[in-house]
Amino acid sequence: MTSRALILQCLQCALVFAGAPLLAGWVEQCRAWFGNRHGAGPLQPYRVLRKLWRKELVVAHAASWVFRTAPYLLVAAMIIAGSIVPLLAPIVPLAPAADAIALVGVFAFARMVSALAAMDIGTGFGSMGARREMLIGFLAEPALLMVLFTPALISHSTSLAVIVRQLTTTRLFLYPSMAFAASAYVMVLLAENARIPVDNPDTHLELTMIHGALHLEYAGRHLALMEWAGAIKLATYMAIGIALFLPWGMSATGSASGIALATGLLAVKMTAAGTALAAIETLLAKLRLFRVPEFLGTAFMVAVLGILVHFLLGT
Amino acid sequence: MPLFAQITNLLAALFLLVAFAMLAQRRIVHLINLYALQGGILALSIVAVGYGTHQESLYLSAALNGLLKVIVIPLILYRLVRRLGLAWNRENLLRVPTLLLVGLVLNIFAFDVALPIAHLAGTINRDTFGIALASVLLSLLMMIVRTTALTQVLGFLSLENGLIFAATSVTYGMPMMVELGIALDVIVGVFILGVFFFHIREEFDSLDLHRFDRHEE
Amino acid sequence: MIILSILFMPLAGAFVLGLYGHRPWAFAANIGFSAATAVATAVMTARVLAHGPFLALHDQAFVDPFNVFLVDLTAFVTLTTAVFSRAYMHIESHMGRLTAGRLRLYHSMFQLFALTMLVALLTNNIGILWVAMEGATLSTTLLVSLYRTPASLEAAWKYFILCGVGIALALFGTIMLYFSAHALIGGQASLLWTDLDRVRTRLDPTIVGVAFAFLLLGYGTKVGLVPVHNWLPDAHAEGPTPISAVLSGLLLNVALYAVVRFQVLADGSLRDRWPNQLMMAFGLLSVLVAAFSLARQRDIKRLLSYSSIEHMGLATFAFGMGGPIAIFAALLHMTVHSLTKSSLFFSGGHIAQKTGTQRIDQIQGLLGRNPAMGWAFMLGTLAILGTPPFGVFTSEFLILTVAIHKEPWALPFLAVGLGVAFAALFGRMQAMVFGETRVPKAPAPTSLWPSFLHLALVLTLGLAIPPALSRWYTAAARLLGH
Repeated sequence: MTSRALILQCLQCALVFAGAPLLAGWVEQCRAWFGNRHGAGPLQPYRVLRKLWRKELVVAHAASWVFRTAPYLLVAAMIIAGSIVPLLAPIVPLAPAADAIALVGVFAFARMVSALAAMDIGTGFGSMGARREMLIGFLAEPALLMVLFTPALISHSTSLAVIVRQLTTTRLFLYPSMAFAASAYVMVLLAENARIPVDNPDTHLELTMIHGALHLEYAGRHLALMEWAGAIKLATYMAIGIALFLPWGMSATGSASGIALATGLLAVKMTAAGTALAAIETLLAKLRLFRVPEFLGTAFMVAVLGILVHFLLGT
Repeated sequence: MPLFAQITNLLAALFLLVAFAMLAQRRIVHLINLYALQGGILALSIVAVGYGTHQESLYLSAALNGLLKVIVIPLILYRLVRRLGLAWNRENLLRVPTLLLVGLVLNIFAFDVALPIAHLAGTINRDTFGIALASVLLSLLMMIVRTTALTQVLGFLSLENGLIFAATSVTYGMPMMVELGIALDVIVGVFILGVFFFHIREEFDSLDLHRFDRHEE
Repeated sequence: MIILSILFMPLAGAFVLGLYGHRPWAFAANIGFSAATAVATAVMTARVLAHGPFLALHDQAFVDPFNVFLVDLTAFVTLTTAVFSRAYMHIESHMGRLTAGRLRLYHSMFQLFALTMLVALLTNNIGILWVAMEGATLSTTLLVSLYRTPASLEAAWKYFILCGVGIALALFGTIMLYFSAHALIGGQASLLWTDLDRVRTRLDPTIVGVAFAFLLLGYGTKVGLVPVHNWLPDAHAEGPTPISAVLSGLLLNVALYAVVRFQVLADGSLRDRWPNQLMMAFGLLSVLVAAFSLARQRDIKRLLSYSSIEHMGLATFAFGMGGPIAIFAALLHMTVHSLTKSSLFFSGGHIAQKTGTQRIDQIQGLLGRNPAMGWAFMLGTLAILGTPPFGVFTSEFLILTVAIHKEPWALPFLAVGLGVAFAALFGRMQAMVFGETRVPKAPAPTSLWPSFLHLALVLTLGLAIPPALSRWYTAAARLLGH
């Protein structure tokens, strides 16, 4: 393991940890613009986090250690996920630690922790939210796995680093199967990150909440951590999407100039992806909860189709 | 693999994706949009094949298909929808996941049939044959499950798209005379159907085919 | 040249009648154009008799022993139907069931339909064949719904969608055939039947196998083969009777003609009798299902159309068996069925017109009420049931004889099918023709002579097949069975 790779790994961790709220803020800002509002600026999440951090920590009487440790576990899981994904170069030392399937496992673990924490207090909304969250996860995970299988088949490896290296080093080649995988991935991303049309991140109506209901009992520092974990999750999902479907410009060797270029390109890609996400959210309406299985079923089908197309066309 | 073949393959995949979307789409106006999109993909893929094989006649065919399927027929359909007052109509389509699952099975079947054929064929785009077959089967499925006259016709038109796609991507196009004949048949068919819709609505007050009485068998 | 003139007549007719089809002279003009077409085909036939088969129009059209008699049959039945249509449609328009516009549409589409049939038969290009078959659907769709009743609209919709899907499948099969021949022939010629026939033993069996399945299902829809026959009874029952007559007498034949053309190619490529077995299975199923459906019919035109399904199934089965005698029998069966069934529709149409109903249980004592009509219907039914000495007997007898030798397993099914059909049709006919009637005698409509003419021809064919026709059949059987 070279020192350069170590530095790169630290840089990536810092970037994911510190940059994630900026991305979330950018998406919110774009949504505001599309909705003809001024918006609070892309830095707003930092202000919210600071405000929450300073607030007094209130914990329900019935809360057990599960409830208290959950925010830390969540943030830790998300940072691990964020460090595995090749962000700037496919040579980060932690990348071999887990392949794409293990990555899905990390997300599943995080979901389980947050669901347990929500049920820990025993309030109605919490357990309802946990149930809904598990339903969505139950449907989204197979679809996500299917999405990941298509690039894995193309590069004969489930390791994200190998996939990315394969995709960046071969010369420009259009993979029709990746078109399917990409469409399915966008659908999974929307569902997993509680975006419209699956969930409305802005809602204040507890009955319609899915993801929001998990946070209802949290306050202060805990809430800040939960929010932060959510932002990192969104950033990680976007990073996976970029690594799989738009990997061009990543530095293969990790040279300083290459990393600088990759960072710049990453910023552009993330900005574009955030804008696209906001556009999708603005254009679509929220689905009724009963339609969500349909939505994710479609994502699953499309991902499977991608695999089939891969076998048929051989590319 | 040459670039044009990659592009045709990509367009083929998108074509199939649109066919799936049409299968699951409930709103009639969106269905027409998807149909126009499919026509556009079709025209583009004909251009790609024409460029790759240096067949100028295919450009003409692409122009014909593009004109007909992206502009003329969608415009006629929009007009019909407006005049029949169906702009915001949505069809009761039950069990979309089941439908998609059936579509997936059809796809596997089509690909299975196509694989041995694809290996025998000499043309560069032989692989797209399976996709063409799959989208034909999907359109058939769509015609079976749809219950209103207009959506059945959209299924029919998308079926025809799939056939033309098969003709151009697999065999590099039929002779011009035949293509003109097919185009003529399609446009006449659409006009006749347009007339039909009004007759049906006059008699049944609806385009829902469930209203057709069961006559003696 | 002669082929162009054959095609020009109905085309001109479609144009002229499209503009003036509502005038009083249009009924006669319709006959005139059909007669001109028939004369042109007669000239062509004379030429074929003298010089043998030929290709024309840059190989795009051809005449061989198989299609020449079908062209003649088509022109002839179109002419007699035009004669019948004159009387029938006169009465309809007097009864106020037709406006001027609809009459124009009717006459124009009648000619256009004849055109598409002739194009489909004469073309050598399987792509044009497809276009013509689709044109036949389009030209008759609006005729089926001519009366704009809910039932007729439903029938027309069913007809359009089912035949549209069928014909689309056939296009897919055509494309695959083109695809398989492309490597061997290349270019435009890969769609020409004669060229395909030349290389048929070298066509790739996998592709041709799939292509034939699509083509059989596709064109089989138009033949009315079970299970894709649903449109047929509705379309026949709801449209004007002359259209039912040409649908049953001509369209089904032409569709079967297309299937058989492709069967020849598939046989050459596959050599494992799979196409034959497929056709036999479809044919047998059609005979059985149609026979049992016959027993449940209450509408006279639906009754006749189910009988058409049964007979087309029988012809398909015979083509499937293969061999010179079976093909000879199948060709003869196509001819006599076409003549007999159109004759039955002529008399049945007049019966429905006179009695004002198509319901069988409301029609009684035809012989007493109108002897000519009664006799025409009775003789026609006896002929279609295969009673000797009519031609249908000859062809069915031949088919059964071959079946005993080649496919004995099918015999019980055929016997049951024919038996049930006989019982059903005969019983219905008896009830309609005999029995008491309180309605006073009515004068016979003038146009029953086409009906009797057809029956006379069928009788002649049953007693002795003219040597020229027999030579054609034999030559066609050799062409298809080689």
